[in-house]
Amino acid sequence: MTPAGSLLIADGLHKAYGRTPALDGAHFSIHPGEVVAVMGPSGSGKSTLLHCLAGIVTPDSGAVHYGGRDLSKMSDAQRSSLRRGEFGFVFQFGQLVPELNCVENVALPLRLNGVKRKEAEARALTWMERLEVADVRAKRPGEVSGGQGQRVAVARSLVTGPRVLFADEPTGALDSLNGERVMELLTEAARETRAAVVLVTHEARVAAYSDREVVVRDGKARDMAGVR
Amino acid sequence: MTDQETAAPSRGAFARWTADLAMGARFAVTGGRESWARTIMTAVGVGLGVVLLLFASSAPNAYELREDRGAARSTFDTGTLDELKAGPDTLRVADANTTFRSEDIEGKVLAPDGNQPPEPPGVNRVPAPGEMWVSPALKKLLADNELLRERLSYRVVGTIGDSGLSGPADLRYYAGVDGAVFKHDKGQRIDHWGTQPSNGPINPGVLLLVIVGCVVLLLPVLIFIATAARFGGERRDRRLAALRLVGADSHMTRRVAAGESLCGSLLGLLTGGLLFLGVRELASKVVLFDASFFAADIRPSVPLALLIAVVVPASAVVVTLIALRGIAIEPLGVVRNATPRRRRLWWRLLLPVLGIGLLLPLAGGFGANSSSGDREIYQAAAGAVLLLVGITALLPWLVEAVVEKFGKGPVPWQLATRRLQLSSGTAARAVSGITVAVAGAIAIQMLFATVEDDQTRSTGQDPFRAQMAATLQVDNGNQAAATFAKYRATKGVRQVLGTTSGYAAEAHPKKKRATEDSPTESITVADCATLREMARLRHCSDGDVFVAEASSDMYAPDEPSFLKPGVQLNLRLDGDGVPVTKNPKLWTVPRSAEVVKTKTDPQGSENPGVLATPGALEVSRLTDPTAQVMLVLDPRVPDAQEYAWNTSATLSPTMDVYTLTSTSETNQFATLRKALLIGATATLLLIGASMIVSTLEQLRERKRLLSVLVAFGTRRATLSWSVLWQTAVPVVLGLALSIAGGLALGTLLLKMVNEPWTVDWASLSLMTGVGAGVIVLVTLVSLPPLWRMMRPEGLRTE
Amino acid sequence: MSIGHTLLGLLESGPRHGYDLKRAFDERFGHDRPLHYGQVYSTMSRLLKNGLVEVDGIEHGGGPERKRYAITDAGITDVEQWLAQPEKPEPYLQSVLYTKVVLALLTGRDAGDLLDVQRAEHLRLMRDLTQRKRTGDLSDQLICDHALFHLEADLRWLELTAARLGQLSKAVRS
Repeated sequence: MTPAGSLLIADGLHKAYGRTPALDGAHFSIHPGEVVAVMGPSGSGKSTLLHCLAGIVTPDSGAVHYGGRDLSKMSDAQRSSLRRGEFGFVFQFGQLVPELNCVENVALPLRLNGVKRKEAEARALTWMERLEVADVRAKRPGEVSGGQGQRVAVARSLVTGPRVLFADEPTGALDSLNGERVMELLTEAARETRAAVVLVTHEARVAAYSDREVVVRDGKARDMAGVR
Repeated sequence: MTDQETAAPSRGAFARWTADLAMGARFAVTGGRESWARTIMTAVGVGLGVVLLLFASSAPNAYELREDRGAARSTFDTGTLDELKAGPDTLRVADANTTFRSEDIEGKVLAPDGNQPPEPPGVNRVPAPGEMWVSPALKKLLADNELLRERLSYRVVGTIGDSGLSGPADLRYYAGVDGAVFKHDKGQRIDHWGTQPSNGPINPGVLLLVIVGCVVLLLPVLIFIATAARFGGERRDRRLAALRLVGADSHMTRRVAAGESLCGSLLGLLTGGLLFLGVRELASKVVLFDASFFAADIRPSVPLALLIAVVVPASAVVVTLIALRGIAIEPLGVVRNATPRRRRLWWRLLLPVLGIGLLLPLAGGFGANSSSGDREIYQAAAGAVLLLVGITALLPWLVEAVVEKFGKGPVPWQLATRRLQLSSGTAARAVSGITVAVAGAIAIQMLFATVEDDQTRSTGQDPFRAQMAATLQVDNGNQAAATFAKYRATKGVRQVLGTTSGYAAEAHPKKKRATEDSPTESITVADCATLREMARLRHCSDGDVFVAEASSDMYAPDEPSFLKPGVQLNLRLDGDGVPVTKNPKLWTVPRSAEVVKTKTDPQGSENPGVLATPGALEVSRLTDPTAQVMLVLDPRVPDAQEYAWNTSATLSPTMDVYTLTSTSETNQFATLRKALLIGATATLLLIGASMIVSTLEQLRERKRLLSVLVAFGTRRATLSWSVLWQTAVPVVLGLALSIAGGLALGTLLLKMVNEPWTVDWASLSLMTGVGAGVIVLVTLVSLPPLWRMMRPEGLRTE
Repeated sequence: MSIGHTLLGLLESGPRHGYDLKRAFDERFGHDRPLHYGQVYSTMSRLLKNGLVEVDGIEHGGGPERKRYAITDAGITDVEQWLAQPEKPEPYLQSVLYTKVVLALLTGRDAGDLLDVQRAEHLRLMRDLTQRKRTGDLSDQLICDHALFHLEADLRWLELTAARLGQLSKAVRS
């Protein structure tokens, strides 16, 4: 797939932690509304690729372009603001603030963007209804099941209406049925809002929810779209 | 898991306990870097507390030893007020204290009557005239200061031994002088040194101060020790969970945990003991609160030390077991009771109410009769402890109740309050130490304020008009004039206001027989410049006489005075001030004498009576005159006061010289109050340290969550503020509660000693300021690790 | 499994007699089912007819005469195409995939690439199944799930094989 019309493009990313190279010249691009699975064995650099794409980590070299701007040339504050406004995140575990209840957790990104509490929680609740977890709104994360917690996390990632959704092993801690449901709801919601989804996973059945997959091996990303 | 216990019934409970405790101790020492860190934190925390406790337990000894030595060198023996006859074993002694650059030097001049005079403590031989024994500290001061050597111009023949000193920094000397120094009834004659320890009634205010002071300083230390025993608890719990996985039952894990903190607290006890020995040596080199202590004096009383050695580790174990009560350590992790029980108010309220109940009946009568003294002391102490502990117990409830109402508001505030809602106990526990310290400090400050009011008065002295004053008994007026001249010639003295005064009676009283209470009036002879400081004069020239009437009631006579212009006076009085009618020394107040009003002199007193210029009354006619000088010093001469002191010393070593100040505060109280503030501040800092530890622990535990929050764009400021609020809310609540409790306790205590209600607002706000400082400090210290943990590396799965 | 492609692949490393071919085949791929001689000769004559192999020479010894076969350029292209073409994802693919991987390694081709392509093919089918599942009824879902889990198992085998390529290539070359 050509980078033309792409929402997010990464070019020649290099990143090393200490002496271990995590990314070694990775390329990546994604279109609006597209779900791309990033696959590969553990330690291949999948997560690092996601972190670089999302502007959480700055690559040692290479560029990440989002909407015509190079993320690696932005200040930390600018990237934070971009992540708050344009990106959404779902992780495998440990992502909900334990002392906030579920609806407050979902409303958190909106509130970080300065939305008033009442409005933020109302919008959060709509998303929780979408993800079928409205009934646990007043519970704390410690009091809900793993599947419910993960749906709350998905609701949180979608609440700001992100252009790109980054999901790092979103079903890693769930059983098949729950994982499937979370993936269904996630991809459905993303397609509806024309959000691009970068889906890091090592599970084929999760990757099957994507439109195409990119395989990361030895720090290099290989786009499998053209291979038939 | 319990069947494991039943499987080994032969194993005694004692053996089981020891084995598990030992295992815990082994974990504490050999459990890798993490458990080492935890053990060291606990040991240091407990050690710091133990140092304070050991010092506190040494205080009675140190005080007593100091007092004993003070009594042993005292010459004021209530038992021998009667004049002693001179004999071979008697000695005349007088105070010859001086001040050198605001350091008080205690001195005595001695003149033996015979050849077997008693030696003062720490001195082998009574110094011969011109010789002196000095304390080591004074020796050093003398060596460094030429000016002081001029003043104490005796030859140093020995160093006073420790048994004669209060402490290493004691400035003291004994000088041998000629018997002539003792004329005019100066000093006293003694045949031994030392007094019986006095058993006089203690000022009830001071007694209360001591009781509450001990409670206030020690309770936070105990709370701190309890907190220190919990350092790193959450990680320890996870380690214990792993132990459960390999087959330990829940009782066993508890015992292992107890063993861990027992080990930490024992190490703390050791650390504390060693630190104490070190600090004690240091303490002997430092002058604290105008007092110094010999290291040997600072020794804990044995029963108290034993108590510390038992109570500290025991309480560490108890605290650990109580802390584990609320959680279940399961093989797969630690389960905290999901919905913690709501805190109950009633028993928390009961404590302070009981305390008030104990204190109220004492109102007005504390220390009134010494027979019920002991019971009252215990009652007061128990009441104060209950009230203070009650405040501490109220705090968790208050934090919970208040925090429940919040939760709205900006994100940092929401994060902080929700965090507190989930675990308000941890926060409240840390702050409770502050609460006791501050509440107690406030109560004590209030007591101080009144005790101080009793002891500190506006002197009425005016240091702008004159800076020093001295009184000297002289033989005759000429000698007085010579004295003034000497002062005038002293470097740094700008003006000498010198008066010579004596007394006079009516020459022809209505009652013929003269008795001790025959009315007399003072006659003061001085130049016009001096007289102008003493009375409101429209004009004055040599040869004038004035009759001064008191301006204020305090100096006004009870019955109309015989003194008026034209009256004839008898200047001859005997040593007791009784007019001698035989062969009287007559002098008539001129009819032209003007009647004037007195004016407060620079020393703060009024001098009603006859004011005469030297041209009107020859000073030599006064009987037993007293010379008094007030010196106006040149502020540009740095050591002007010292020169004036030196001049005084050449006149007489026993001369009363003092510096004029507008208020006189008893040094003791100023330093006690400073000590209290320092103590409270130290406690606040100690608590701050434990808050930092728990905040860091909490941050480390949520490293991953922090990274996630960063991922979705949370600003640093948002999380920093939430850390600030998280500290600030309990501290502010704690301070509010302690101010309320402190004022209540203070009010009760004041009622007990029948003193009016006053609050030292300055120190109250200082306390509040220190509290705010702790909040800021905890936040600032937590920020760098917070920011470090907010780096995205935390997202990488290990 | 295509015996023709396998024999062609074996010939790619050098001309061989029919007997040699059978032995090489049995050694590497025929643990459970050795080839019959007849199978070898019929396959070879088909390949000869299609011009994918040629007779390199005939040996006359004490026994029957033995033809030595060599691969033609057309034969090489045929092997190439076969290796590059992902197998249709269906159950019990492992023997053909294994053969392909070994032949790729033997002939110095990129076996990792081969596996990647195969995985993409598997995923494509999984995507279709997932899509069908989302729109279908419960019985569709259950049937799709069954297929999905089997495909997933194959995929995991592919992943594992990919991870062990280094090990395998050593074994094959020895």
